[in-house]
Amino acid sequence: MTEIGPSAFLGLAAVLFTLGLYGAVARRSAVMVLMSLELMAVAVNLNMVALSRFVTPGEMTGQFFAIFTMVVSAAEIGLGLALVLAIYRQTRSVELSAIDSLKG
Amino acid sequence: MSETVNGVVFVILAFASIGGAVGMLTTRNIIHAAFWLLEVMVAVGGLYLLLSAEFLAVVQILVYAGAISVLMLFAIMLTLRCREDSVCPVEISIGGGVLSAVFGTVMYVAVARYGDRIAEMPASVPDTAALGELLFTKWALPFEVASLVLLVALVGAVWWSREED
Repeated sequence: MTEIGPSAFLGLAAVLFTLGLYGAVARRSAVMVLMSLELMAVAVNLNMVALSRFVTPGEMTGQFFAIFTMVVSAAEIGLGLALVLAIYRQTRSVELSAIDSLKG
Repeated sequence: MSETVNGVVFVILAFASIGGAVGMLTTRNIIHAAFWLLEVMVAVGGLYLLLSAEFLAVVQILVYAGAISVLMLFAIMLTLRCREDSVCPVEISIGGGVLSAVFGTVMYVAVARYGDRIAEMPASVPDTAALGELLFTKWALPFEVASLVLLVALVGAVWWSREED
């Protein structure tokens, strides 16, 4: 059995965050961008839980931070999707390139 | 006294989560992307179990795999005019690729240099009961603020998505 240290978890979280970052920048659909943001939030949570397990297992500080991050990202995704629906009602599209009414 | 993480289980879960993320970014159908995201969330829940964070694993499955995936699918299906709308070509973004490549390199260097400064896994882990006790004593005020945040977000989401008349 191989030894799995904290670096493995940190590296996995970094890979997930990088993939989410690429998705958030590259995709044009607003819903896809929100999904990529969720991927990034999950990567951050994984980081915090791993560090909590390896550094402060007694206080579980990272776990509490992860709980509050989950609350914030759940609120963010609810508001984001409501915003997407409102924009869809105005422009009949969820493409980010269609949302340019503030462009000078 | 130290513990170890089961390497085989970790590799399987890591493969599942990275594969799910890659599948989400490369699929052309946005509904398939939502299901790939669900798979990533379940795999990360398994990783929380490996890290002996059972409560967080359950919350992860309930909130992300349950609620948020359903919310995503609802939003996708409410904003599709026809079946063909869900399929769009995967656009390659050079800027996004460069940005994430730079970020990934920096992260790799940081983890490779400083990741092994942390000692091995401590053995003593409090259980879910201890987590609940801490949550309602030491973290009671943040807990209440978090519930307020959720309430405001709920009201805001309903306000934004209602029909204008």
